[in-house]
Amino acid sequence: MDAVAMYQFTQQSLPACKPVLTPAWVTTTFFLVGALFIPIGLVSLHASHSVVEIVDRYDSECVPDLFKSNKVVYIKDMSIHKNCSRHLKVHKHMKAPIFIYYQLDNYYQNHRRYVKSRSDQQLLHGLQHNDTSSCTPEESSNGLPIVPCGLIAWSLFNDTYSFSRGTHKLRVNRKNIAWKSDRNHKFGKQVYPFNFQNGTLIGGGKLDPNIPLSDQEDLIVWMRTAALPSFRKLYGRIEEDLNVDDVVVVNLLNNYNTYSFGGTKKLVLSTSSWLGGRNNFLGMAYTSVGFSSILVAFVFLLLHVRNPRPYGDTSCISWNRKSISS
Amino acid sequence: MGTGRRKKLHFSKIYSFKCGRAGFKDDHTQIGGPGFSRVVYCNEPGCFEAETRNYAGNYVRSTKYTAASFLPKALFEQFRRVANFYFLVTGVLAFTALAPYSAVSAIIPLIIVIGATMVKESIEDWRRKQQDIEVNNRKVKVHQGDGLFSSTEWKNLRVGDIVKVEKDEFFPADLLLLSSSYDDAVCYVETMNLDGETNLKLKQALEATSSLHEDSDFKGFKALVKCEDPNANLYSFVGTMEFGEQQHPLSPQQLLLRDSKLRNTDYIYGAVIFTGHDTKVIQNSTDPPSKRSKIEKKMDKIIYFLFGVLFLMAFIGSIYFGIVTKEDLDGDSMKRWYLRPDDATIFFDPKRAPVAAIYHFLTAVMLYSYLIPISLYVSIEIVKVLQSSFINHDVHMYYEETDKPAHARTSNLNEELGQIDTILSDKTGTLTCNSMEFIKCSVAGIAYGRGVTEVEKAMAKRKGSPIVVNGKQDLEDSADSDSKSPVKGFNFKDERITHGNWVNEPRSGVIQDFFRLLAVCHTAIPEVDEETGKVSYEAESPDEAAFVIAARELGFEFYKRTQTSVSLNELDPVSRKFIERTYDLLNVIEFNSSRKRMSVIVRNEEGKLLLLSKGADSVMFERLAINGREFEEETREHVNEYADAGLRTLILAYRELNDEEYKAFSEKFAEAKNSVSADRETLIDEVAEKIEKDLILLGATAVEDKLQQGVPECIDKLAQAGIKLWVLTGDKMETAINIGFACSLLRPGMKQITINLETPEIKALEKEGEKNAIAKASKDSVHQQMNEGKALIRASGSEAYALIIDGKSLVYALEDDMKNMFLELAVSCASVICCRSSPKQKALVTRLVKLGTGKTTLAIGDGANDVGMLQEADIGVGISGVEGMQAVMSSDIAIAQFRFLERLLLVHGHWCYRRISSMICYFFYKNVAFGFTAFLYEAYASFSGQPAYNDWFLSLYNVFFTSLPVIAMGVFDQDVSARFCLKFPLLYQEGVQNVLFSWRRIIGWMFNGLCSAVIIFFLCTKALDPQAFNKDGKIAGLEIVGTTMYTCVVWVVNCQMAIAISYFTLIQHIFIWGGIGLWYIFLLAYGAMPPSFSTTAYKLFVESLAATPSFWVVKLFVVISALIPYFSYKAIQMRFFPMYHGMIQWIRHEGQAEDPEYCNVVRQRSIRHTTVGFTARSMARQNRVKDRNQNHR
Repeated sequence: MDAVAMYQFTQQSLPACKPVLTPAWVTTTFFLVGALFIPIGLVSLHASHSVVEIVDRYDSECVPDLFKSNKVVYIKDMSIHKNCSRHLKVHKHMKAPIFIYYQLDNYYQNHRRYVKSRSDQQLLHGLQHNDTSSCTPEESSNGLPIVPCGLIAWSLFNDTYSFSRGTHKLRVNRKNIAWKSDRNHKFGKQVYPFNFQNGTLIGGGKLDPNIPLSDQEDLIVWMRTAALPSFRKLYGRIEEDLNVDDVVVVNLLNNYNTYSFGGTKKLVLSTSSWLGGRNNFLGMAYTSVGFSSILVAFVFLLLHVRNPRPYGDTSCISWNRKSISS
Repeated sequence: MGTGRRKKLHFSKIYSFKCGRAGFKDDHTQIGGPGFSRVVYCNEPGCFEAETRNYAGNYVRSTKYTAASFLPKALFEQFRRVANFYFLVTGVLAFTALAPYSAVSAIIPLIIVIGATMVKESIEDWRRKQQDIEVNNRKVKVHQGDGLFSSTEWKNLRVGDIVKVEKDEFFPADLLLLSSSYDDAVCYVETMNLDGETNLKLKQALEATSSLHEDSDFKGFKALVKCEDPNANLYSFVGTMEFGEQQHPLSPQQLLLRDSKLRNTDYIYGAVIFTGHDTKVIQNSTDPPSKRSKIEKKMDKIIYFLFGVLFLMAFIGSIYFGIVTKEDLDGDSMKRWYLRPDDATIFFDPKRAPVAAIYHFLTAVMLYSYLIPISLYVSIEIVKVLQSSFINHDVHMYYEETDKPAHARTSNLNEELGQIDTILSDKTGTLTCNSMEFIKCSVAGIAYGRGVTEVEKAMAKRKGSPIVVNGKQDLEDSADSDSKSPVKGFNFKDERITHGNWVNEPRSGVIQDFFRLLAVCHTAIPEVDEETGKVSYEAESPDEAAFVIAARELGFEFYKRTQTSVSLNELDPVSRKFIERTYDLLNVIEFNSSRKRMSVIVRNEEGKLLLLSKGADSVMFERLAINGREFEEETREHVNEYADAGLRTLILAYRELNDEEYKAFSEKFAEAKNSVSADRETLIDEVAEKIEKDLILLGATAVEDKLQQGVPECIDKLAQAGIKLWVLTGDKMETAINIGFACSLLRPGMKQITINLETPEIKALEKEGEKNAIAKASKDSVHQQMNEGKALIRASGSEAYALIIDGKSLVYALEDDMKNMFLELAVSCASVICCRSSPKQKALVTRLVKLGTGKTTLAIGDGANDVGMLQEADIGVGISGVEGMQAVMSSDIAIAQFRFLERLLLVHGHWCYRRISSMICYFFYKNVAFGFTAFLYEAYASFSGQPAYNDWFLSLYNVFFTSLPVIAMGVFDQDVSARFCLKFPLLYQEGVQNVLFSWRRIIGWMFNGLCSAVIIFFLCTKALDPQAFNKDGKIAGLEIVGTTMYTCVVWVVNCQMAIAISYFTLIQHIFIWGGIGLWYIFLLAYGAMPPSFSTTAYKLFVESLAATPSFWVVKLFVVISALIPYFSYKAIQMRFFPMYHGMIQWIRHEGQAEDPEYCNVVRQRSIRHTTVGFTARSMARQNRVKDRNQNHR
């Protein structure tokens, strides 16, 4: 550093920008925020509206009337067939790819016990990795280690869906639903399910022991825990357009127990935009904040013009007030 | 060597030593007993007996730690802080299964924080170590046997060594003086480092050893010293020396203390008695009291408050968690079966839900620990060190003349500098230079001298008019008034007198007598520089020196003093040549405070006996002869004028004595002097009284007790800033009042409430000597005077009062039952002067103000007598002037001149206060904002203790991504520039009233943090869930939502800083935007690590976030929305309810700073009515003139 700068530094007189919140600055800032936010908000809203979404809650409808009062018994009874079919009407043209999600509510995938109960090392290296203490209580069963271990894997979601339009069966692509990094680096290509769901208590879905974990995309998706108790997970893609007034018949197996804890299950079909799925919140929020900041700018300007600033009036400074009152 | 020895006069004949030679007193019988067991074998430190004693070496250590004790001791210091201890506990708990995050991530920030503090600590200690090494390796000459002396390091000295110390060297240990270069074995010692006194002390060796003048004399020297054990009493020493088969008693008179310096003596020989830590000076050094600033104390409270919030949050969470966990298992049926509540560890066991809840509480306490800013302490310490270095480097506080910059010795009080309510100032050496200047005189009723005092300069500057002195406009003088007068102590300008012109004056005879008296009547000792022939003087007091110097400059050069004579080089008025004249000095009647005069009796060359006398006007005028009152009226008038101008005056008079008269006096005087009874002083006084009468008046002198440069301006500024200034001085009341006027602390028209005990009744009682009666009467008197004062103040409304109290009254006023009354009275006065106060009283007054008002006090002083006051006050400021280092050593901040106080307080103090308080508020803001997002997330995770963020995000939040901008703010932020701080002194009240660190503001910032947290959390979660996150239909899981939220927090917190500060240099830009940039870099780097380490963050940014528009769109929205509330608040406040600094920012911004009238409007309103300083003085004068004019109409 040269001498002048050093001197300025030690004397605390470095060239500096000293912004003052003048009315001009304030109103300009608010106008700018408005000017920036409203268009973004409108664009976001447009993006959100361009997404067509069909949501169907099926957890109670898919329980036979006989069991309506005791859904838990129904879901736990392995002997009852869990077949159920739903008819979804397409209200707007849906352009491929159409994403299929299942949505669970009141399901605490973010519970600490649940989140921690996994072994990343085992998922990657399989049985070579012995230390699976983090997986308790789904660590081993019948004296043998479980692959994949832990509560998350054990509680794998196992409702299945198949779709048809009229008589024509819709092909569901269930590849590439997980993040690539997970498939390539977190789940081993040579790791096969072992001793899975063999315990006394069966949790969720089973896995094909002949497919390596890196190809079990259901599992990979499920293992990325959700942030909030209401969440969607990608199930697959329908890779053809759905037209207005098409009726999609969904045949599903209602296997997964959400009844014990009062959760709900929904099936979601949705297209996507550059901004993702359908959610008006962001667009609405953007536009409303944008409009209100323009409003604030006007109000501020008005107040400023109406009340000329009393220069150097120190009467309202706290210590002066104090001395006047005392 | 013997020939080079100066045959100097024996000073013992001039001064009557208080501490004479020690006889075998009671004390000496204790030798050998307990507490008096030390035995020193002089000159044989290595002998067997000495070895068995095993006394400590001379190595001195002042460091806080040794290599071995550093770690445990420093760690202990660190973990004494509640917050650090808390983090240690959470760090340890993090290794258990309770932890919501990994142990390493929890412990690393703690290690960084503690490590940084310890590095700072070790650097400081290392500096002390360097100092120790320097001291311990100084060289001294030690006797090696056979009469040979050789140099060795101080640290190698042993008890019993004989050392030779040469002129201007420090004594390496406590030495027993054996002999010196003088025949009578005296030596001069400067004890500045011990007690701060600059005058030289005389020490004298025993006669028995005084003949050891040569190195070789020590060949066979042997002596045995038995003395007291090491102790801290500087003024006592008891011992005996066995030498030559004889016992000699030893007294402090023979002891040379370590850290004092040999002066005016070529060399001395001494035996080492106490070494190293046994020496008196080191025994005396106590650790200075550790001071903490009010802000830091309040900060501790905030931390406790946050702990409360934290525990409350954890408690709420635990209860909820307990209930939910319990409900999970109902008999055999599981509710949330996916959690396997039937097979749970204790932490999640529904069967033992209460226990699980308690464990969860611990987890929650760990998880919410982000509410407590872990790096707060260390950041504050770093910031304060940097702030101190700014104080140290400020060129405006650098005093060129002595090459002394300001020096902040402790850095933990910087912000306290911005909150000073009362300054307690010493006078001599602080307000004044402690150098007297002969400036005016009145001879034969004519006033001479046209010098200008500092006060007159200040007033003139203010009024903008040229100075008018003696009816002449002294334009030239005011022009070069800043240049120093060529001769120190002499600032007399009058061409009628200087350059020998006085001989042409009408009363030249009187003038001659006048200056001759100045040259003869004193106790100074001349020192002639052999090369230049210039004479300089060693005098008891600076006024005395000023007189001798004045006499010298005006043609009466005193150059030689012997035991019996005084020699002058006088200008002969007739021949106009210098001639030598010698006066036989017969008697010196010394000055003391009751006599208030000093006289000498001399016989001049013509054989005439003269009594020359100088003294205070109060005692001198009454002693004039009837025929000696020729100029009395004029002189009195001049004396009053001088006193008004703040000058010290003395009256000079003389009389001729006849032989009989003198003979009678001389006998009686000798008798009185030799008497040993307790009333010796009184006897001398009585004798002197009889001869000091019928004097003939010559004139009066006026000496300026020179105010330090810029003192009146500085006091004025401080007064405008609303700071009260109390003067605590050891001086006489008159002097103190003079200085009060000089500094504009007092002004004409200000009512003075004087409290003293100079009433006749008490004096009468004092003569009787009944202590109890005196005490009672005094107490009553003080009580009554204070009551009267209070009544007076109550009676009148807005008038300014001054309280002047003397030391004796202060004794009673500071008693427990009266001190509150005294304080009340003092606080309601505009200025307070305590004169004749002892060091202890100074400290007591300081404590009274500090505790009584609860306000921040600053004490400023320069001498050893101010040490107590400096340590007692919230901040002690030492003046690194001439009076030794004692005050500086015990001060918190040292400055070279009083006037630097203005900049120190108004600029640095204000800035530091503002910076530190904003910084702490901001710290809490950022941690509340972060901690609450974590808490809100918990509410959506059934309070299970799952953090929303990755472990490393959590732990590095405080240390990396948000701490640098705060530090930058703490170091560099300025609300207004230094120029404006000084221009608008009232700005300082922001600190005194503590508006920037009031609970309202602190809570406000925390509330702001809460708002930010709520906005960030809800906007993020609502915008991201549950729909697809990108075009590819992927969903935002925990890691994406968490990271987006975290990114928003980092952005918001850093941008908040950008809005909050009002001073952007490149450094701020680098730190603020750098902090954000660092986060992205970290995210990239962390994501690039193998998944076993980076876990949920693996390739997160590259794969999921960066390429996804919704991440950026959501972030932009959340960040701006979270900033809007504060921005609006600040904009509205700035525009409609600006704080004082805001107003000044307006002024600066609108460029109206250059419009003087406009600035005055702002400033005028800020000046309080009853204040001190010359602004108030001139305003008071204007008001009086105005009133008068109105009355005329």
